[in-house]
Amino acid sequence: MDLLRLITAGSVDDGKSTLIGRLLYDSKSIMIDQLEAIEKQTKNKENGSIDLALLTDGLRAEREQGITIDIAYKYFSTPKRKFILADAPGHIQYTRNMVTGASNADLAIILIDARKGVIEQTKRHSIIASMLGIKHIVVAINKMDLVNFSQDVFTNILLDYTKTASELGLKNVIYIPISALQGDNIVEKSVFMPWYDGESLLHILENVKLDSEVNWNDARFPVQYVIRPQTLALHDYRGYAGKITSGTYKVGDKITVLPAGLESTLKTIEIGGKQVTEAFASQSVTFQLTDDIDISRGDIIVKQENQPLLTQDLEVLLCWMDAKPLKAGNKYLLQINSRAVKSVVKNIEYKLDVNTLEKLRSPENVGLNDVIKATIRTALPVAVDSYPINKSTGSGILIDETSNATVGACMIQ
Amino acid sequence: MHTIEYLDQLESEAIHIMREVAGQFEKPALLFSGGKDSITLVRIAEKAFRPGKFPFPLVHIDTGHNFPEAIEYRDRLVNQLGEKLIVGSVEETIREKGLTVPVGKFASRNALQTFTLLDIIEKHGFDACIGGARRDEEKARAKERIFSVRNEFGQWDPKLQRPELWNIYNGRIHKGENVRAFPISNWTELDVWNYIRKEKIDLPSIYFSHERLCLSYQEQLVAVSPFITIDEDDEISMKRVRYRTVGDMTCTAAVESNATTIDEIINEIIATKTSERGETRIDDKVSEAAMEDRKKNGYF
Repeated sequence: MDLLRLITAGSVDDGKSTLIGRLLYDSKSIMIDQLEAIEKQTKNKENGSIDLALLTDGLRAEREQGITIDIAYKYFSTPKRKFILADAPGHIQYTRNMVTGASNADLAIILIDARKGVIEQTKRHSIIASMLGIKHIVVAINKMDLVNFSQDVFTNILLDYTKTASELGLKNVIYIPISALQGDNIVEKSVFMPWYDGESLLHILENVKLDSEVNWNDARFPVQYVIRPQTLALHDYRGYAGKITSGTYKVGDKITVLPAGLESTLKTIEIGGKQVTEAFASQSVTFQLTDDIDISRGDIIVKQENQPLLTQDLEVLLCWMDAKPLKAGNKYLLQINSRAVKSVVKNIEYKLDVNTLEKLRSPENVGLNDVIKATIRTALPVAVDSYPINKSTGSGILIDETSNATVGACMIQ
Repeated sequence: MHTIEYLDQLESEAIHIMREVAGQFEKPALLFSGGKDSITLVRIAEKAFRPGKFPFPLVHIDTGHNFPEAIEYRDRLVNQLGEKLIVGSVEETIREKGLTVPVGKFASRNALQTFTLLDIIEKHGFDACIGGARRDEEKARAKERIFSVRNEFGQWDPKLQRPELWNIYNGRIHKGENVRAFPISNWTELDVWNYIRKEKIDLPSIYFSHERLCLSYQEQLVAVSPFITIDEDDEISMKRVRYRTVGDMTCTAAVESNATTIDEIINEIIATKTSERGETRIDDKVSEAAMEDRKKNGYF
């Protein structure tokens, strides 16, 4: 059985949490005691039906305000697939929390209120989805029951969103009319929308192909930790522990260690203490090399014939996530996988207007949730790929060394 | 092209997180309760660091109200592993700090554990504690990051969590703060059991069906022990039970079961209609935000 990681995004009151509640409820992933607990809480509400949103709004402040503040992770499975679902906040001030959830997602469900159509938040969420390279987008047009299940309403929103999608270069967009509250087109196809010839949402989630997610061509192995037992029997053992982020490795591969450029050969590969001859992307392994060379955390082991770019100058798309504004010339720590280097944001080329998708050249200020194109200079060389080709070695975070906060998400171009 | 089974993906993710803790912190620790989740963490640590030693000790917060079977298991495991164990005694904290011990029928030391945990963290200078919490357990936990920063009082601020992107973990902290790291955040109860089956992991005997004298209280079965108060009209009887979670004897309820093997337990869990904590934890029912409040106060 494989695993699909997905995120749901939408604006306030689009019914996102209700949709998740519905998916969990209809796939029988809610337990009786959890249901009783939310029934108890919804008793005082007027219409009597239970409020499924209470399943994901796990914080007191969220329940008080009736909004989602931070990502909630939910887990469910069907006989076909296992799902990890990140419920993202819709509020503009919590956009950085959406970015957190979206960074690991294979698929995004973008919710649109059928009565409101495409709004600023829809565009913002779509920009984030495109920027983070989420491969599959499902546009769920919700609250169809409130527009009499009208095909015209659906088609107009579809046409409107198609414009945004093409501007952003989003491919594989699937459109689906739903009513999360009533369960229409969620697990079963709705009887109220015979004009819709697609599949139900759950069917789509179960059958989306995940092959394109992994880069199998460019072997990358960032070293996290060096294992040195230093016992009598294992006196010379040096194991380089890490997770293969892309590609495959075989015993006997000629390798290069970056940034130093040292060369050696893969002597052994171990997974969980067992020796194997081959390992591939997403496996946590331990390498031993034929030569005793200096390797430590933050280095990256690649194959000699396929090397990433070694550079001190990066061009990045950057999502700013701190309340303090970003100014050109500010210094931060840039962390890429296990490597952290000092860096300076040199030039801010443009800021993206989330409504018009226009590029505002040389913006005066960059604030919370702004998306910009910038150049970064690092104190030491870093080995990187371009984000669209290789997510893991193409992404990094900026850390403010005075507050230790994570303040920026960088996608290397 | 390769495909990787979801359980292998979860294992690999957990190993990655544990190695990040080892790589980023000076003095980490692994919180070990004797329950299946922390036992799973130990297996993950073996996979992450063997043939080397663990780069951290195991830390057990002993409330004095543990199941004897869990303590016995703990000592056996530590002996087999050849790793260091640090035990923090709640009993001692109560004595040294003059804490007020809760009273009542099932007087639980659950809240007092936090004092001992924070003491141990301070005494040993731990900057990161690895825990076996899972996001599917409870709705406040569903909100927590994998690297969860706590202030010098061990407190969690749910409104001020760091963005956590891709598989990059920011473990930078100021002196006095610490990080709680949760490698099996993305596992469900069933994932843990499937992993235990796959890895043939030995568990404390109380996870399997056995005869036990139980008190029936509000549809829950509480083990008869010196730590609870028994009243005259209490309904006490011998039951065939197993435990679905292992906490203190005062706040963990048993479930009726004949399951004596992992396969049988997994079948029962697939068929159950009640959540893990809902069925077995007496301490979560206090209020809607019980877990959130405890976490804000430094609970792991």
